[in-house]
Amino acid sequence: MTDATPVSTPLAYDDADLRGILKSVRTIAMVGLSPKWVRPSNFAAKYLQGKGYRVIPVNPGVAGKEILGETVYASLKEIPGRFEMVDIFRSSEAAGPITDAAIALKEEKGIQVIWMQLGVRNDDAAARAEAAGLTVVMDRCPKIEYGRLFGELGWGGVNSGIISSKRPGPRP
Amino acid sequence: MSDDDGKARPPGFGFETRAIHAGARPDPTTGARNTPIFQTTSYVFDDVDHAADLFNLQTFGFIYSRLTNPTVSVLEERIANLEDGRAAVCAASGHAAQFLTFFTLLGPGDEFVASRNLYGGSITQFGLSFKKLGWTCHFVDPTDPENFRRALTPKCKAIFLEILANPGGIVVDVEPVAAIAREAGIPLIVDNTMATPYLCRPFEWGADIVVHSTTKFLSGHGTSVGGAVVESGRFDWAQNDKFPCMTQPEPAYHGLTFYETFGDFGFTTKARAVALRDFGPTLSPANAFYTITGIETLHLRMERHVQNAQAVAEFLEGHPAVAGVSYAGLPSSPYHDLARKYLPRGPGSVFTCRLKGGFEAGVRLVESVELFSHLANIGDTRSLILHPASTTHRQLSPEQQVAAGAGPDVVRLSIGLETADDLLRDLDRGLAATTTGK
Ligand SMILES: Cc1ncc(COP(=O)(O)O)c(C=O)c1O
Repeated sequence: MTDATPVSTPLAYDDADLRGILKSVRTIAMVGLSPKWVRPSNFAAKYLQGKGYRVIPVNPGVAGKEILGETVYASLKEIPGRFEMVDIFRSSEAAGPITDAAIALKEEKGIQVIWMQLGVRNDDAAARAEAAGLTVVMDRCPKIEYGRLFGELGWGGVNSGIISSKRPGPRP
Repeated sequence: MSDDDGKARPPGFGFETRAIHAGARPDPTTGARNTPIFQTTSYVFDDVDHAADLFNLQTFGFIYSRLTNPTVSVLEERIANLEDGRAAVCAASGHAAQFLTFFTLLGPGDEFVASRNLYGGSITQFGLSFKKLGWTCHFVDPTDPENFRRALTPKCKAIFLEILANPGGIVVDVEPVAAIAREAGIPLIVDNTMATPYLCRPFEWGADIVVHSTTKFLSGHGTSVGGAVVESGRFDWAQNDKFPCMTQPEPAYHGLTFYETFGDFGFTTKARAVALRDFGPTLSPANAFYTITGIETLHLRMERHVQNAQAVAEFLEGHPAVAGVSYAGLPSSPYHDLARKYLPRGPGSVFTCRLKGGFEAGVRLVESVELFSHLANIGDTRSLILHPASTTHRQLSPEQQVAAGAGPDVVRLSIGLETADDLLRDLDRGLAATTTGK
């Protein structure tokens, strides 16, 4: 939260769009995933793994080691397989070059979504990614959004903003 | 449209809809439409790894009902939603909610500033019991907002006030107080018990944390003691070094840093994961159920509470046995303009009146009414009456009683939802007894 760029216009994302992303994506490259279990990135990755996502760690400091059972890569380019989403757990400035790397790898890796974590926002990078046909989400946490949209966040007393008289469907 | 207080409403559902639906969906397994009472202490783990994730707060879910319970969670989300807040944690009582708030904020040697016009029990909690924990409260006269600034010390970590103060009649000009708290880099905590989010939403005026005794108007039927802490999600705990509780690794949680990990719901998460976990003043699922049911009619009840209170206040103001009425809905009240600003739908239904016959008249009135119940609560469907000097404030000297707004001639009323004319008749008979001595 501390390294957020000064926020000009508030970001608003449609719940249906976020739900669509979280339902279609299966593999996430998480840039800046920490090997320390008490760090927020590690929390998010563990949670998303529990929901059936594959989370591939990108962290040059610990490349070649394992985090949460997955091999760590030094960069997006070095990840062998395909991944639909890049989740950026780095500063807003660092999100720029990471986004550019993802744009360059879009076809090769099948990347469709750039997701910048809570507190991370880089409007210029987002514009470049959107021009390249990628979907961008900024200043949100996929763990929190998953919890909010699929009925778990309220268990902790958080206001999900969701009003519905439909029985909740199965989670993705 | 419900939000008729002149403010543009953000797109989304109206207050009434949210009072009925927020936080509660049909049960995914059974389709049960009303929120079930999850009368269970504990919840099975899928496996050891799932259990570890839950204990480490790495995943959302239920472990043990001291921490979370699905019925209580619905109430928490509903209150957070109605206050336009980010998150809430419930507690066994309003006092427990205050304790969870301050335990999360303060360490030994820390201080805070509070309005001196508070529910008497809060004055005792802050002034005497908190002292034993090493926390010092500086009480100030809230009628001049600058008094809060003057009382601030470098060790102060919060400002606390009741926007509509119990025993009624006093409305605090909260906007300038919020500015003072903001400048000092500390949260403004508002007790919104007397107004409820239907009449006032303190976050709109700059509050950072709201606390409730849900015992009163939220549950609304005199059935269930409870409390809640709500956070706006907008306070920046990292703006200074006053809140290591939020920004430093927490030893009671394996070195977890709550603000960094939980962001805009970090405060209530910490209040739950540490203060509620370690001290245990948990709201029961049954009390949560009654409170949820109460909130579903909050908008209708508050409208009628205010309407009846206005009628009773006007009647008493014109009564020859009455020396004065403190209701901020009366044009004669010094707080009338503040009430119109902060409580445009009406300043609640709890107020005091002074009787010309003094202490004796107060005693006679509470003993001779038939419909009003003589007891120490507020915010019931039933109308309630109390003579503080002979009951709740009995231990104080006459001077202290007057300072607390509970002088010998003062009677406190909490106006309920009965037929207004019946209330007037009951009071008229009671007041006649104060002058005839019968
Ligand atoms: C304004 C206010 N705050 C807090 C409380 C304490 O709440 P509880 O009795 O639920 O502990 C009360 C109770 O009378 C109250 O009126």
